[in-house]
Amino acid sequence: MIRDITLGQYFPGNSVIHRLDARTKIIATLLYIVELFVVNNFWGFIIAGAVLAIIIAVSKVPVKFIFRGLTPVLMIIAFTFFLNIFMVDGRILWQWKFLHITYEGLIRAFFMAVRLVLLIIGSSMMTLTTKPIALTDGLEKLLKPFSKIGLPSHELALMMTIALRFIPTLMEETDKIIKAQQARGSDFESGNIIQRAKSLIPILIPLFVSSFRIAQELALAMEARCYHGGSGRTRMNEIHFHKGDAIAAVLMVLFLAVIIASRYIPTIF
Amino acid sequence: MSFIEVKDLVIEFTKIDETGKEVPGKVAVDGVSLDIEKGSFVAVVGMNGSGKSTLAKSLNGLLLPTAGSVTVDGFDTRDEEHIWDVRSRVGMVFQNPDNQIVSSIVEDDVAFGPENLGVAPDEIRRRVDDALKRVGMYDLKDKGAHMLSGGQKQRIAIAGAVAMRPACIVFDEPTAMLDPKGRSSVMSIIRDLNAEGITCVLITHFMGEAEQADRILVMKGGKLIADRTPKELFSDVAFVESAGLELPPAIELRKKAGLPDDLGTAEEIANYISCN
Repeated sequence: MIRDITLGQYFPGNSVIHRLDARTKIIATLLYIVELFVVNNFWGFIIAGAVLAIIIAVSKVPVKFIFRGLTPVLMIIAFTFFLNIFMVDGRILWQWKFLHITYEGLIRAFFMAVRLVLLIIGSSMMTLTTKPIALTDGLEKLLKPFSKIGLPSHELALMMTIALRFIPTLMEETDKIIKAQQARGSDFESGNIIQRAKSLIPILIPLFVSSFRIAQELALAMEARCYHGGSGRTRMNEIHFHKGDAIAAVLMVLFLAVIIASRYIPTIF
Repeated sequence: MSFIEVKDLVIEFTKIDETGKEVPGKVAVDGVSLDIEKGSFVAVVGMNGSGKSTLAKSLNGLLLPTAGSVTVDGFDTRDEEHIWDVRSRVGMVFQNPDNQIVSSIVEDDVAFGPENLGVAPDEIRRRVDDALKRVGMYDLKDKGAHMLSGGQKQRIAIAGAVAMRPACIVFDEPTAMLDPKGRSSVMSIIRDLNAEGITCVLITHFMGEAEQADRILVMKGGKLIADRTPKELFSDVAFVESAGLELPPAIELRKKAGLPDDLGTAEEIANYISCN
C-alpha cells in the first residue's frame, strides 16, 4: 500500500500548465491566494472560480483527483463556516438564547467557505502539475536574491528535496516498526485516546532513532559524492522562462486588474 | 607510483566519556599498508569488526588517518585543499541502497554527483544517460526511486558514482541487503566496470564474490593478515578458516570431495572433475 502513495500528489501530464516554469506557477499561486482575499463580493468569486475552472480544464487533471485533495480539509471548512454564521453581528434572522444567525453572518460564512475551497484547489493545482523536484528548484531560484541577506535558499531547497525523497522510506520504516511491535504483543487499537496516544511511544522512539541513523548514512553518501554546499554547483535541468511563461504573466496581471475592478461591481445582495 | 597508496594506516575512533572529554576508543585499523594499482579489482574480506569498512571509508577521505597516510593519485587525503580531487577520483557505493539516494527521481539522483562537481548541464545530461545505460537502468530514468527494488536502487547508486567519472569505485558491501538476483546483477556490473578500466575495491562477506577479484585482502582485528590472489588464498583452507571466513561454494565442494588443495578456482576444479 505504501508504494502507491503519490509524492507531493504530482499528476503526470504534458499540458500547457505542466510545461510552465515552476517559478511562474509559484508566483501565480501566491498571487491567486492574495486575490482571493481582495475579492469582496459575489462577482469576484464567480470570476476567480471561472479562472480556476479554465486552468483545471487546460491542465487536463481529472476533477475527481482534485476534489480528493479537498476531503481532508472539509472539517476545517465546515468549522469556519459555522463559526462565521454565529459570530457575526447584524440583521438577525434567527435567535435562540445566545446563538443567533444574521444575514451578514450567512454571507460572510458563505464567502469564507468559497474562499477556502478556491484557495485549496488553487494551490493544489500547483502541486498537481509540477514535479516536486521542479518545485524545489523553482523555490531555490526565487529565494536566491534573499541569500544576500542570509537566507539559506539552496539549503532550504535541498531540505525539501530530501524530505520528499524520504517520506516513502520513513513510511516503510514505520510500517516495519509497527509490525515488529505488534509481533511483541503491542496493542495499538484498544483503549481510550490517552492510552492509544501512549501506545504510539514504542513506535515513535525507534522511528526517531532510525531517522538519525538514516541521516548519518545519507550525509556520508552525500559527502562521498562531493556535496559541499550550493556554491559552485550546477544543475542538470536548468530552468528557463519560455514564451508560455510570458503569456501567463500577462494573464496574471489582467486577472489581477479584473479582480480589483470586481470590488466596484454593484453587488446584488 | 600506485593509484592508491596506504602507508602504515592507523584509524582510531575517539569516544566521549561521562565527563564529556574525548578519550581514545577502538583502534579500527591498525598499521595497514597496501597499494592498489590502476585498473585492478581488489576484494577486502574479514569478519565483522575487522576494520574493512573503516579502511574503505579512509580510501576517499571520509575518515582521516590517525597515523600513517593514504595517497590517492598523488593527493594526500588529509590535504583539505584537495579533498574534492580525492573524492571525485574515488567514488563510493554503500551497503544500504535506500540511504544513499538523495533525489526522488532516478535521473535527478544520478545527476547529484556531477552537479556537485560543477559540470556543465548538457555534459551532466550525457553522463547521466551514459551511466544509466551502463547499469541497465536507462528505461527507468523517470521513475520514482521509492518504486524500485533493492537491486535496482543499488544499480542507481552505482550509476550515481559512475556519472562522476571516477578512476576508482569503492563498494562497501553493496550486495549485503540484496536478494540473489539483485546480488548477481550488481556483481556483473562491477565486473563490467572493471573490464572498462575502472579500479574496483569490493568489501564483501561473500567469498563467491571475493573470488572474482584479482586480489583478496584479508583483514582481522584491524590488521591486514593476507594479500593474495584468490587461487593462493583458497588453496590454503586452514588459513581461510582461521581468519573466520567461509569458503566459496566451489572450494567447499573441493574440500568435501577430497580433491587436491592446489585447485584454487572454480574452473580448475571443474576441469579436474571432468578430466577424471
